[in-house]
Amino acid sequence: MKLTKTLLASTALTVAAGMATADGHMANEMTIVSWGGAYSNSQQQAYHNPYMEKTGINIINDESSAEAVAKLRAMNEAGNVTWDVVDVVAADAIRLCDEGLAMEIDPDEHLAAAPDGTSAEDDFGDLLVSDCFIPQIVYSTTFGYRTDMVGDTPPTSVCAIFDTDAYPGKRSLEKRPINNMEWALLCDGVAKDDVYDVLETDEGQQQALDKLATIKDDVIWWSAGADTPQLLADGEVVMGSTYNGRLFSVIEEQNQPVAMLWDAQVFDLDGWIIPTGLSEERLARALDYIYFATDTQRLADQAKYISYGPARASSAPLVSTHADLGIDMAPHMPTDPNNAQNTFLYNYEFWADYRDDIDAKFQAWLAQ
Amino acid sequence: MAALTPISRTPVSFYVPVVAAAGAVAGLLVGTAQGSSLIGIISGAILLGAIAFLLTQIIKAEAPGRWALTALFAVAGFLMGGLAAGIIGLLFGWFFGWFTFWLFEGRYRAYVAPYLTPGQVLWHYTFRVICGAILVFLITPILVVMPLSFNAEDFFTFTPEMLRFDPAGYSLKHYEDFFTNSDWQGALANSVRIAPMATLLSVSFGTLAAIGLSQPHVPFRRAIMAILISPMIVPLIISAAGMYFFYSRIGLQGTYMGVVLAHAALGIPFVIITVTATLVGFDNSLTRAAANMGAGPVTTFFRVQMPLILPGVISGGLFAFITSFDEVVVVLFVGSAGQKTLPWQMFTGLREQISPTILAVATILVIVSIALLTVVELLRRRSERLRGMSPA
Repeated sequence: MKLTKTLLASTALTVAAGMATADGHMANEMTIVSWGGAYSNSQQQAYHNPYMEKTGINIINDESSAEAVAKLRAMNEAGNVTWDVVDVVAADAIRLCDEGLAMEIDPDEHLAAAPDGTSAEDDFGDLLVSDCFIPQIVYSTTFGYRTDMVGDTPPTSVCAIFDTDAYPGKRSLEKRPINNMEWALLCDGVAKDDVYDVLETDEGQQQALDKLATIKDDVIWWSAGADTPQLLADGEVVMGSTYNGRLFSVIEEQNQPVAMLWDAQVFDLDGWIIPTGLSEERLARALDYIYFATDTQRLADQAKYISYGPARASSAPLVSTHADLGIDMAPHMPTDPNNAQNTFLYNYEFWADYRDDIDAKFQAWLAQ
Repeated sequence: MAALTPISRTPVSFYVPVVAAAGAVAGLLVGTAQGSSLIGIISGAILLGAIAFLLTQIIKAEAPGRWALTALFAVAGFLMGGLAAGIIGLLFGWFFGWFTFWLFEGRYRAYVAPYLTPGQVLWHYTFRVICGAILVFLITPILVVMPLSFNAEDFFTFTPEMLRFDPAGYSLKHYEDFFTNSDWQGALANSVRIAPMATLLSVSFGTLAAIGLSQPHVPFRRAIMAILISPMIVPLIISAAGMYFFYSRIGLQGTYMGVVLAHAALGIPFVIITVTATLVGFDNSLTRAAANMGAGPVTTFFRVQMPLILPGVISGGLFAFITSFDEVVVVLFVGSAGQKTLPWQMFTGLREQISPTILAVATILVIVSIALLTVVELLRRRSERLRGMSPA
């Protein structure tokens, strides 16, 4: 019967095609985990492509950084670590390091020295916040606002988010206490130096939540970095917090009527870790990649594609112009002196100690 | 359809309030869009009530009255909000002209049985409106996505240019991105490699299981059936986590075969259910007859049983295919970046970068699904016709 033959033939073909393309973990492949979107693209251009060209190793991108901690725990438990190098924020790196899921790095042995001979340890300086963490960029969480929705007096202070009289409309804030609590206290009259002292106390935490409560009805809470750009482009919000690179993209690449409010931006670090439990061969490859991708020139190159500041002091003078737009990137860096007049640095110690506690209070407050 | 009931004009006290109520609903829509729902409701009701009265009692000429109303609304809409609003106004004007005379002339009674009470007539039309509303509710999210995928900007936003139907507001760049971006093409290739293979395994195992379980002498049939169906009932995340740890131990995690096997396990229940359903109508004396004539079990299966249960096998296979093609949770666990499928790519794309390329892909997938279902339906009808099962 014809139909049966057709079915059998197509079956055989499918099986053959499937088998032909079935892949194992090939010897010259490595899986690098990052955040996806424009950020992964900048790494692809600045690090992966030159590295693949130089070594012939094929790099596979996995966009799973958002759940890196959970996945690495599961991989470790299953005894099957499939990632070679993982891009995480510093706070996650500290956690992974404490749990023994990330490998300790000796900067002077594993990382390239600066061109002028400065050791890697000195070149990265204070940014080496954990023994396992190889910093890559400095980014900041800051506010953008719609220039066409703020009238003649564009906001200059972060406290504009609490001023619904002068700037009516929704604002978008990240759905977590970190940063929001600091901004709330700062705008409730607490001196910048005292913010974390106040936030240690129950009264201080309540004070911050009370301040946030004054705008609770006007807040759209975001959880992915792409949310605020979308809301700003829609005109759904008048201002909102997100990562400065996202705002750069909205303003310069997408030409939306949005401007930056750098006031009280919170610096944070993002960088690489190498998971523990790699075979010797894969570990050697991961270390080789790290050595290549975190040298002075490579870090400066990344800033051609995204407005995040390179983590090495020696890279800053090498930051040039945007690869497509040709604009000078230095003034768009969060670390540029004009932008960095009033800044916070993410307080890793404080949040390591208080995160669970304040998270619980914040979530309960949100649900009220 | 022939008219069932003679019609007569209705009193002013009936149709004017009804048109006014419909006007209130329309006013609510327009008013909300303009910033005040309440003003919209009130002005909509008054305006359309007055128009209904004017058209039927003063102008009294149906065709010119309705044309004038349509034109008036179109112009008003155009002045309020450009071309798109003009088209909406045109539709509103046409609808209310038709609605007014439909009520006024009593045409709404023409096609319902003469013995129905007013309450039953009302329910007859309410029921239709509810059905229509459900259809709109189900299909709008899919339709909204389509024009947005032609957005010239990189956001999920109807820009002012798009609403003005300005060609500059539209572009094919997201489609271009899909067809040129190696991430998307790699994901598409993975999906196309995984889904047919998983479908094949599901169909083979599922059909065999269904045939076996339909034999009356198999012990514990219900228990075995329940276990085989369980991937459909157990929350996906639990199956996924279980598979992750199991596959890691035996070295299948992060491999092509691992994802195929996991998807096959998810697809098998669909095949079992559809094939079991077709087997209910299968006459076992046919297999005995075939055996009696010297055919072995394999020949019997392929030449007698298989052709008869083929519709069930195909629809089960289609479900299995769609399950694999749509699946994101299990592949996130069992696969690694090398097996990134389309849903996985869409999922990370939505989280990290709200790019309309996702909408372009969604539009393409919707069109492919419609084409696939149409083909299957046509094939089914053809086979029914060939076998003389359907009068058509």
